[in-house]
Amino acid sequence: MIVPNGAPAVSARDLHRRFGEFEAVRGVTFDVAPGEVFGFLGPNGAGKSTTISMLCTLLRITDGRASVAGFDVSKEPREVRRRIGLVFQDTTLDDYLTAEENLRFHAELYGVPRETMGEGIRRVMQLVGLTDRASSLVRTFSGGMKRRLEIARGLLHSPRVLFLDEPTVGLDPQTRDHIWNYINELRRREDITIFMTTHYMDEAEYCDRIAIIDDGRIVVQGTPDELKASVGKDRIEIRTEDDDAAVEAMKRMFGVEATRADGVVRAAVEHGEEFVPQLFARLGIPIKAVSIARPTLDDVFLNYTGRTIRDAEATGAQLMRSNVWMRARMR
Amino acid sequence: MTTTRIEVAPVRVAGGTWSDDLRAVRIVWRRELVRFFRSRARAITSLVQPVLFLFVLGTGLSPLIASGGHIDFRTFMFPGVIAMAVLFTSIFSAVSIVWDREFGFLREMLVAPVRRSAVVLGKCLGGATVATVQGAIVLTLAGLVHIPYSIRLLGLVGEMAVAAFALTSLGALIASRMDQVESFQVVMQLLVMPLFFLSGAVFPLRHVPTWLGVLSRIDPLTYAVDAMRRTAFSGLHLPAPLAFLRGGITWGSHVVPLGLEVLLVAALGAVMLAFAVARFARTE
Repeated sequence: MIVPNGAPAVSARDLHRRFGEFEAVRGVTFDVAPGEVFGFLGPNGAGKSTTISMLCTLLRITDGRASVAGFDVSKEPREVRRRIGLVFQDTTLDDYLTAEENLRFHAELYGVPRETMGEGIRRVMQLVGLTDRASSLVRTFSGGMKRRLEIARGLLHSPRVLFLDEPTVGLDPQTRDHIWNYINELRRREDITIFMTTHYMDEAEYCDRIAIIDDGRIVVQGTPDELKASVGKDRIEIRTEDDDAAVEAMKRMFGVEATRADGVVRAAVEHGEEFVPQLFARLGIPIKAVSIARPTLDDVFLNYTGRTIRDAEATGAQLMRSNVWMRARMR
Repeated sequence: MTTTRIEVAPVRVAGGTWSDDLRAVRIVWRRELVRFFRSRARAITSLVQPVLFLFVLGTGLSPLIASGGHIDFRTFMFPGVIAMAVLFTSIFSAVSIVWDREFGFLREMLVAPVRRSAVVLGKCLGGATVATVQGAIVLTLAGLVHIPYSIRLLGLVGEMAVAAFALTSLGALIASRMDQVESFQVVMQLLVMPLFFLSGAVFPLRHVPTWLGVLSRIDPLTYAVDAMRRTAFSGLHLPAPLAFLRGGITWGSHVVPLGLEVLLVAALGAVMLAFAVARFARTE
């Protein structure tokens, strides 16, 4: 266990961060249980990176409290840093060192025992498929290769709480799969908690729970399934031998209002995956085909924020974000 | 499902001990050296300036300086030129912290489970080592300006190291407050150039007007240059009227002892380092 009694691995209470006049994070509260993969989903500029920076002791908390692995972020930053790993959103590699030197630097700085260091470096290099480029200078790497190296580095010192800020931006699907396979294996064997941010809906699906963040506030949080269920029912479509009888039977047996058009019967139900087996068992009319369409996280985002995540990105949020980071980097 | 077995490393709590901090100092120090020796262009170009000062400016000015043939002006300038190499390399190394910030690498170091002081100390020791190596390269030219190669020059390397450490710490303190690489020019013009010109690196301070004498005595680099000059010239024979060229800064009528000069520079370095550490230990 990370903390006894199932205390949260990451906890934030009414977290605020101001940069001068601008308030990037406006009262964020959440808990992440040990072993969980928790995701912050939101457009660029929503306050995701600022929140991560506060949790990782890189930015001071303006107001509110946060703890990581049981330690108060403001009062015991070093204890927090001993237990976390962080993959930054933008690259933080030394271009003038080789890939292996970057990892070695990290291993030394993050106290990886000497006897396991070489083995660890070999393992993470292999994971991200960079073994044959180990002794190339990082400045010769493409954006995707740097990203992979960065993720390898974040995993190298085996932290208890791993923060991934937009982890797989710009990665090909195969590498993304490799990395998620590793993370899942890591979760299965070790008590590792993952806090990640993303603005990719499909990546949010990897999370046990997500919080949708917009404009510095959490709009809603829950499991992906809960969130999808909260915005609407599953849409099921069936093809039957006798559509009229099917519509009538569904109304009578299940109280479901179905419609028929173009030889397809459509209905909206909760828990479509539980409904369909019952339908097969009890309908009494032969079913030729069935499909279930669930609300997507896109629908969830739209429902809670009133716009799609793409629209949210397009409203100058990008500019705001870079502004925030520039301020954050000052001094 | 994939059948390949995925190896994972067991989770652990990192760092926390003094030896972890020492390891951090060492690796940050080593990174500076690796980067320095990798870019030979930087090592070579940084030699251009001292050589220009010594053999172009020095040669050009020589006829104007009457010493009755007892001492070459270039000989006089030599310790100052070494100080210049050390000064510029130290400040440049320290200001690379701003580059690290610009390219994000600083965050990789700041989120590490070690004391921030370990990171800053490693950085300063690294910059100081690089600057000392630069100074030592210039020192190999000693024979060309009639300074005999002797064991004495090793003492000079020690003084260079102390000066390099103090100046790198000063640079780190500046870098801690610097938010963009462009500010480097400002630092060069407002700080590094005055430090250099007031230090007596290129002219003797004995017969200067009072205002210049006062400013020079405030400039910490003056004591580093003076210490190097005293060490370098201790084997030279100069007639009494020119003995002042051997150096020796006075406070009133009192000549500051060589040991005290070195101590002053070292103390300044320690204070600068302490301030720099405090700055970096603060979370924004």
